[in-house]
Amino acid sequence: MPTTAVSTPLPSLGTDPFSAEVLENPLPFQERLREAGPIVHLSHYDILALARYESVHATLTDWQSFQSGAGVGMSNFRYEEPWRAPSLLLEADPPHHDAPRAVLSRILGPRALRRLRDAWFADAEALVDQVLADTEFDAVTTLAEAFPLRVFPDAVGLPREGRENLLPYGDHAFNAFGPSNELVAKGAPRVAELSAWVEAQCARERLATDGFGARIWEAADRGDITERQAPLIVRSLLTAGVDTTVHALAATLYAFATNPEQWRRLRERPELARVAFDEAVRWESPVQVFFRTATDDVEIAGTTVPSGTKILMFLGAANRDPRRWDAPDAFDLSRDPSAHVGFGMGLHQCVGQHVARLEAEALLTALARRVQHIELAGPTRRHLNNTLRAWASLPVRVHRA
Amino acid sequence: MSAADTAQAPAGPDTATAPQARVAAKRTMADGVVSLTLRRLGGGRLPDWTPGAHIDLVLPNGTTRQYSLCGDRWDPYSFRIGVLREPDGHGGSDFVHDELHEGDVVGIGGPRNNFPLVPADRYLFIAGGIGITPLLPMVAQAELLQVPWDLLYGGRSYSSMAFLDELRDYGDKVHVTPHDTHGPLDLDAWLPAHPGGTKVYCCGPGPLLDTVAHRCAGWPTGWLRTERFVARSTADGARDRGFRVELRRSGRTITVPADRSVLQVLGEAGVQVLSSCRQGLCGTCETAVLGGEPDHRDSLLDDDERAAGDCMFVCVSRSLSEHLILDL
Repeated sequence: MPTTAVSTPLPSLGTDPFSAEVLENPLPFQERLREAGPIVHLSHYDILALARYESVHATLTDWQSFQSGAGVGMSNFRYEEPWRAPSLLLEADPPHHDAPRAVLSRILGPRALRRLRDAWFADAEALVDQVLADTEFDAVTTLAEAFPLRVFPDAVGLPREGRENLLPYGDHAFNAFGPSNELVAKGAPRVAELSAWVEAQCARERLATDGFGARIWEAADRGDITERQAPLIVRSLLTAGVDTTVHALAATLYAFATNPEQWRRLRERPELARVAFDEAVRWESPVQVFFRTATDDVEIAGTTVPSGTKILMFLGAANRDPRRWDAPDAFDLSRDPSAHVGFGMGLHQCVGQHVARLEAEALLTALARRVQHIELAGPTRRHLNNTLRAWASLPVRVHRA
Repeated sequence: MSAADTAQAPAGPDTATAPQARVAAKRTMADGVVSLTLRRLGGGRLPDWTPGAHIDLVLPNGTTRQYSLCGDRWDPYSFRIGVLREPDGHGGSDFVHDELHEGDVVGIGGPRNNFPLVPADRYLFIAGGIGITPLLPMVAQAELLQVPWDLLYGGRSYSSMAFLDELRDYGDKVHVTPHDTHGPLDLDAWLPAHPGGTKVYCCGPGPLLDTVAHRCAGWPTGWLRTERFVARSTADGARDRGFRVELRRSGRTITVPADRSVLQVLGEAGVQVLSSCRQGLCGTCETAVLGGEPDHRDSLLDDDERAAGDCMFVCVSRSLSEHLILDL
């Protein structure tokens, strides 16, 4: 890895942003980072970091200067072999990125999802009915994990067997964007087995004929993408479509359990479900960080960054930047969370965001109808991941309406 | 930057209006063809686009025309289009040629792409006349991808064929066939009976597209891709005067002035509509339209969906009618 020779002395922090202590509660570190300057050197890894909304937004949208093709994790594909074939979406730049993105945008676009809406709302009602048989339960396993795992694999067209592999596979993939620390080592023993299962599900014959997966293969039949690209695009759905939504839903449920007045507001105006979900994504930022790589010697906030430098963007810090948001630490349904960077921004912005919003809207609508009050019922436990901000356990108590 | 530019708020992350652009350059490219270089009013990035995309150009005389982008997508600050003077163009191209000058301000919608470049082992590009415009960024991209390609470019005469100087750098991959000296394009020689790994992109006058489509009739779907220019005549919109928006569910009416977006005015009125990219790209702010005629400026809806007029993206789209009714 080349050393980052920058033209002006930058503020520098020695903290490891991927240490267990920071991952457990990243907010104090992110505040220090944001206040240290618009661009900060992280000496532990010799990389540059951005934590203010303005610079994160500018870097996300400027694909010409900041490439994804050298990897959106710490590993620099210019010098290092990726642990798996790079994603055709996340880890690709124009022009290679164009065709896969166009295909997936259409398959996962709002109008394409309309046909799923009624079924997902009914599924949410059924799940909530079943969960509310108890007044105390773990909101992570019973709701945040259970609902996406109930609707999403069906929508993709996956067979029933093996679905339990989805969460550990996604968890490892998101750990692998960070440094090769203990979190990556913990996942390593199962990588080969999980990857083999995921790759097997991407084949045309494994996928039901009416799902997102089949539509990707139909796009290959029309020549919109190649037959070699199709399975990798299915893989993107399986990698990025489950853990992220699970943790975003858990973030939303935690937000409501700790902000009862906001739950009352949602009960009064259930049409706020989508706003509530995006506000939770802003507030908790389930995807905390992504990297870009300088394509050339480029300038950020008056500093020349040499070509090939890895730049770590703190989406979570940008989403709580007081320069952009009033009272950023408050989870507040009266706020307009629009234009948060929790789904990214620019041409790599989360292609599945409408799927996530539909899942959240279905689940929150069903809950708001049945649950008068939701509160924490015991100690919560974080799930640590190099990229994701996640909960392992959220014991809650509900009062049924 | 001129005084008029600085009077506008810079286009930052939270800007939510259909971009307005200034004509930064106007050049004659061939007999009857001018190119326009457009830059965002107030500066800043224009929306991203891919080869084959077109924009809506909203002219100061109220007409809207679609033009393919033919510049460099790696330059986020300018769009380039090529405009042929068309005798039956209902005033759009005449206006561009005769009355639009450097420094003038135009509205922009999109970009939208109904003619995307998809992967192939080899490309055959066929251009007739001004149909060269969407193919220019395609040949640049094929070159970048190191995919073999040929371009057949037919036109009335050398003097009527635009962008020849830019194509010269590609050497013998470009086959220029002016009709007055070389006769028609030799499609028989170029179009194989079966495409194999070759994908064919064709843009030009109707008879050329019909001939090519006829020759490729037995090909699998998606191996021949064409773009037909349809002069869409749009009524003079309410865009210069502003318009009223009735919010049917909340029983309120708001007024959207010419320099504000629907989304901005809704926000100021306390009506929450979730949005994200605010460029008409991501689709988050889709809102159902119950009455009136939307002036679509997004990059998402296809022609049928636009014509249906039952939804709009309030971050950039506006109204052609004085009165619009939204399901809010």
